[in-house]
Amino acid sequence: MLHTNITRGLGIPIGIAFILFLMGASLVYGYTDTSWLDAYKTFMDPNTSNEHLIIRDVRFPRALIAAFVGACLGVSGAIMQSITRNPLSSPSILGVNAGASFFVVMGVVFLSIQSLQSYMWLSFAGATFAFLLVFVLSSAGREGLTPLKLTLAGSAITALFSSVTQGLLVLNETALDQVLFWLAGSVANRSLDLLINALPYIIVALLAAFVRAKELNVLSIGDDVAVGLGQRTIMTKFFFGACAVVLAGSAVAIAGPIGFVGIIIPHLVRSLVGLDHRWILPYSAMGGAVLLLLADIGSRYVLMPQELPVGVMTALIGVPFFIFVARRKLGI
Amino acid sequence: MKKIKQLEMTTRHPVYATILVFVAVLAVMILSAGSGEFPLSPANVVSALFGYGDDFNRIILVDFRLPRIVMALFVGMALAVSGAILQGITKNPLASPDLIGITAGASFAVVLFLTLFSDENNSLTVSIQWLPLFAFLGATLTALAVFALSWKNGIAPFRLLLIGIAVAAFMQAGTTVWILMGPIYQASQATIWTTGSIYGANWSQVYVLMPWALLLMTVALLLRRHMNILELGDDIATGVGSHVQRNRLILLLVSTGLTGIAVAFAGGIGFVGLLAPHIARRIVGPKFQSMMLFSAGIGALLVLVADWIGRVAFAPIEVPAGVWTAAVGAPYFIYLLITQRKKGGA
Repeated sequence: MLHTNITRGLGIPIGIAFILFLMGASLVYGYTDTSWLDAYKTFMDPNTSNEHLIIRDVRFPRALIAAFVGACLGVSGAIMQSITRNPLSSPSILGVNAGASFFVVMGVVFLSIQSLQSYMWLSFAGATFAFLLVFVLSSAGREGLTPLKLTLAGSAITALFSSVTQGLLVLNETALDQVLFWLAGSVANRSLDLLINALPYIIVALLAAFVRAKELNVLSIGDDVAVGLGQRTIMTKFFFGACAVVLAGSAVAIAGPIGFVGIIIPHLVRSLVGLDHRWILPYSAMGGAVLLLLADIGSRYVLMPQELPVGVMTALIGVPFFIFVARRKLGI
Repeated sequence: MKKIKQLEMTTRHPVYATILVFVAVLAVMILSAGSGEFPLSPANVVSALFGYGDDFNRIILVDFRLPRIVMALFVGMALAVSGAILQGITKNPLASPDLIGITAGASFAVVLFLTLFSDENNSLTVSIQWLPLFAFLGATLTALAVFALSWKNGIAPFRLLLIGIAVAAFMQAGTTVWILMGPIYQASQATIWTTGSIYGANWSQVYVLMPWALLLMTVALLLRRHMNILELGDDIATGVGSHVQRNRLILLLVSTGLTGIAVAFAGGIGFVGLLAPHIARRIVGPKFQSMMLFSAGIGALLVLVADWIGRVAFAPIEVPAGVWTAAVGAPYFIYLLITQRKKGGA
């Protein structure tokens, strides 16, 4: 537990250092034997050997993508749990992942789209579409936008999209073969261009969320109190919802739907730094990056020489740890 | 206190609503039984059921279509009641048998079964009859693991949900690993199973499912008082003298058993356990007995309609019922969400 602002502040450089260390490890460890010295030389004194090629063109993009995608998932999960005031919310509950998968599978089945680049735009469009749909549907009606309606509309839209996706896949086995790996989520074999395309949006959304994190604290007390304190709750929710969807949408666009990170990281972070969102958001970014980097490194070793999708590995690593924390800390 | 008031206020004629929903169930059953490659008029269906009409009609109806329809009826009711109990106990609107890993556990067991017992020609080395048993074991063992992991001087609902989600993710990860390691043929077999379908139901399966479903639903109905008290929160429930932990565990076991037998025969038909209780709560209010009966009706209706569409819409190709449960239920649910004012528990 980090109780004071000083320890919490100190935790941030330590966390960043740990992330850099894991990124280094991600360059070095894997099926092809390389050393830390090779990794250093790749950038300082490059040659055309296989090792250098692998580190530069395969593992370096992978490490960067894992770190950013993890950060996006962690922060968007923290935001969504806060605006829906439901600790079980996550990007996948609010329809973002289901929308993205739906658009990608539609593209594969009806337009025979095959490149990862087009998957990216499709899934970003799907994620945004699903979120807007959820937001509009849950704001309609007499009571306006309540956290409960947001959650329920999200799970209904998720149900709708994922059932249609499943139907398309059942009817079309070649499509299943093609997208099964994408649907499991992976940071391997994604080109750096995917990340570079999405990076401006990611950075803007992260900074915007960090700067206004204070408003999430007010919102989490309850809508009535927030209105009483002069907050326009619908605008606040829409603003943070938009940040969350940009982050989750970028993550799913780059790496496919990776579940579980968005739901557990905020819980682990809250048990570490408490309930202030000015700390929760940056720590969730770091926690997500750490979990995804660890999972990605682990995924190379389980079925060697085959690799596991990282979405599978996040669950295998995260679950035992999460159960341990849930039993110890969340004694409600 | 607000909650108690809501319980008292629920006088929206739940009895009539429930009768209405079961009349609709009956109508869909008759219509669905009449449609297919040899269409029968509703009158023919009814007369064949009562032993009149020609033999050919009776064989089509009784031997081929009816087991499937009766199966859909009980699977739908079981899943809906299971979801109603879980949402009541956990007081969280997102709780459902899918969410806390029961379905994921069954899927894992089925994928294990399909890969372990098939030879290099993709044919099974043991009878497919054993599949439901495997699925049931997968579902109940996973649920028991979830309960055991969340037990700490009793089961706190919130901890149960979190740990259930974690275990569900774990089982899904295991399933994916297994599917990726196996050949694509089994992957598509497993996908069909996890989507949920009651294709190929027969009477002997119905005879296993029916008594258990009826028994467990009766138990749930008998425990209605405890259920209503538990929904008031642990403190009030303990205050009025309820054995909170004991009752909660019994109800959880009932809910698990219902999901277990439903997924054993129908696969991972999703969303019924999530949507049916919400629809019911918005129409008849939060009182458990009326809510439970009504959601049983809605659940049956969802699965029956989904199976009917799946059978007829793209004939001769079968679309698994699980695809349609959400396609049918979700739009109606969203409509209710928009048009109705909040009515209690939901």
